[in-house]
Amino acid sequence: MHPLLVDRPGDQMLMLGNEAIARGALEAGVAFAAAYPGTPSSEIALQFFQCSMETDLYFEYSANEKVALEVAAGAAMCGLKTMVTMKHVGVNVAADALMTLAYTGIVGSMVLVVADDPFMFSSQNEQDSRYYGKLSCLPILEPSTVAEAKEMTIHAFELSAELRLPVILRTTTRINHSSGEVILGPLQQRETKGVFEKNPFAYVCIPAVSRNLHPKLLDKYNRANDRANRSPWNRIEGEGKWGIVCNGVSYGYVSDALRELGAADAFRILRVGFSHPFPDRMTQAFLEGCEKVLVVEEGEPYMEEAVRNSAQKAGLALRVEGKGEGLFSRLYELNPALVKQVIGDFFTLPFQAYQPIETDDLPEAPPRPPNLCAGCPHRATFVAVREVFGDLAIYPTDIGCYTLGVLPPLNMGDFLIAMGAGIGTAGGFARATGRKVVAFIGDSTFFHSGLSPLANAIHNNHDFTLVVLDNGTTAMTGHQPHPGVDLSHLNLARNTVSIEAAVKGLGVEQVITVNPFAYRKTLEAIQSLALHRGVSVLIARAPCPLHVRTLPSYRKKRAFYVNKEKCRNHRHCVTKVACPAFYLQDQEVRIDANRCEGCAFCVQFCPENAIVPVKMEEK
Amino acid sequence: MNTSKLIIVAVGGQGNISAARVLGEAALASHLPVRMSEFHGMAQRGGVVESMVLFGEGKSYCIADGDADVLLGFEPSETLRAAKKCSADTIVITNTTPVPPYTVALGKAHYPDMDQALALMAGRVKKLVAFDATSLALRAGSALALNMVMLGALAKSGAVPLSPDLLQQTIEQKTRKQQVEVNLRAFRMGLEAV
Repeated sequence: MHPLLVDRPGDQMLMLGNEAIARGALEAGVAFAAAYPGTPSSEIALQFFQCSMETDLYFEYSANEKVALEVAAGAAMCGLKTMVTMKHVGVNVAADALMTLAYTGIVGSMVLVVADDPFMFSSQNEQDSRYYGKLSCLPILEPSTVAEAKEMTIHAFELSAELRLPVILRTTTRINHSSGEVILGPLQQRETKGVFEKNPFAYVCIPAVSRNLHPKLLDKYNRANDRANRSPWNRIEGEGKWGIVCNGVSYGYVSDALRELGAADAFRILRVGFSHPFPDRMTQAFLEGCEKVLVVEEGEPYMEEAVRNSAQKAGLALRVEGKGEGLFSRLYELNPALVKQVIGDFFTLPFQAYQPIETDDLPEAPPRPPNLCAGCPHRATFVAVREVFGDLAIYPTDIGCYTLGVLPPLNMGDFLIAMGAGIGTAGGFARATGRKVVAFIGDSTFFHSGLSPLANAIHNNHDFTLVVLDNGTTAMTGHQPHPGVDLSHLNLARNTVSIEAAVKGLGVEQVITVNPFAYRKTLEAIQSLALHRGVSVLIARAPCPLHVRTLPSYRKKRAFYVNKEKCRNHRHCVTKVACPAFYLQDQEVRIDANRCEGCAFCVQFCPENAIVPVKMEEK
Repeated sequence: MNTSKLIIVAVGGQGNISAARVLGEAALASHLPVRMSEFHGMAQRGGVVESMVLFGEGKSYCIADGDADVLLGFEPSETLRAAKKCSADTIVITNTTPVPPYTVALGKAHYPDMDQALALMAGRVKKLVAFDATSLALRAGSALALNMVMLGALAKSGAVPLSPDLLQQTIEQKTRKQQVEVNLRAFRMGLEAV
């Protein structure tokens, strides 16, 4: 049985924040969940995927975040308890549907988990999702601990059902990827079948309907604001004259700092867990009798502005600070040392800063950048495209493992902003420069947001080659399926959508599919597509070596080694292919047999044919 | 009780997260409050893995520079990279067998003289224990048991509030059945090595 399905209320378990959220949803009776994976949210979806195979919970990996939200919205309109999970930038994709779903509201319940990534551990930006609350009028809850993540998830379902609105559970990486003790509650029975009551004049958002719905949404917003002002997730600790307002992980840093400063009595803390609508009246009460206030929050000055607003409404002229010179930055994560230091400075408290050892004169640790894996088919495709176009072409790229192609010696990647934008921007680059443009997109990203820009490029007669790097999985986030993946080995009732058929169906005439490990054939295919004006597509198909190991059909291939007699140290293998299975020993190239996947790509670059398979052990 | 703060640094594939998990489960079993956070930016693709484990009182999930009580390094250059987490009161326990990054393996970057680097570090922290844990793991039966050797050495140091017996029990109960025997042997070798 899946550990999250254990029904022993009162038991303690060590859980990852993302596991705690999934458990909270199960305890709330979630019946329908959908997601597009994205760090740091991915493990929530993984729990649902696994649990759905053992229970009647419905879960799907949807093609993108907007579709995930929409699929769940349909179910929620029929009264089901639903959850949708995504990373912060995924909300940008889902936002179109979300903004108006707020107008219709929902019948059952919906919790939208949004995982922000301050410091951009694995993201392209560090946007602060709390502003989506303001934009949509939807309530936002923010846990400060792993245990709270579970409890808040349950509460989010209750709040959603009560207000008949989607509720956003906003986390940051340090909650998603932290672990702590969680006490299990009872699992609630799932209601997996719903009923849809037609009501077009409340659900079909034509202008006349929406003009009625917007005031209703504002009404719900006011009720949510009432809840926030009375919510136990917003609480005041202490009665001192110095105020600190904090949320999420910053609450932990503040609590620990005040304990270490030995000054807890001088302070009062407002911990905001129900952060939108902002608890304005509770804040006004908090500010009464405060001398000055420091707002401790990662990201944008969302609470700082709200607190200043509350102070102004209450007619208080006290100093409220948060972001600024000598205070906190809008950049990156906070940390315990920084929080302690800023509190010490702002309230002029004597404090002992941490004293790291001197490290300036220590030798530098060698950089350890992530790299495309040994046996990665993307490397093979990049090598071939570079061989044909070198630096003459412009290479818009996209989001996935293959973004690592930007690193030397491959140097494949000139522009990257968002999922699907590689194809969208390619037309602009080609029009504006008249240069050859080769855009890259992965298979999962292709289904996520590649289809519309491709249709656009065909219609508008743009001129570029699109390379679809099809490794049969969403590799970057941990090998989740997507519409093009064959899941027959899992006995799941899922169909496999063909990328070739999709591309041809959109009207691309020049489409070639290759196995990128076959270097010559891949080169020939690229050269023939290069002659064509208009949109051409190369589908480079070979499985992800990390993923293929998990499939029942997997057979380990024989590794290769360098025959010392034959090797003349040209090093084409190293300079062109740059597979991490290579290493140098006494200035000669060697292959680490434990890392070699046996893809045989490098073999094709050795002028001496010195790279040969390891002989099978004699028995 | 006071807080005890441990950082584990390693290269992807060295078993950092599962070692942290054993410590977390052991803490849970002994009703010791525990908070952990992990950072594994593309670890499967050759990157660095960092875990933080905080025992006892407190609410933070992460450890500031200069505030680690123990630094447990599964790879010497990663121990060096994490040196700023140490203060004069920190205990450092490190493996000495390098796993050169790809850039070093191909001669594009320099792997520092670790004996010298660790000697410098040793003079600045409370105590530094360096030993060849990789060889012990291999002797125990598997390179993958490196993390258990390191846990053994950690248990011996007394730097975290978990007894060797408790950790041994946790390894028995919470690590993979096929691995338990090798894991226990590796743990005991780590315990005896330092």
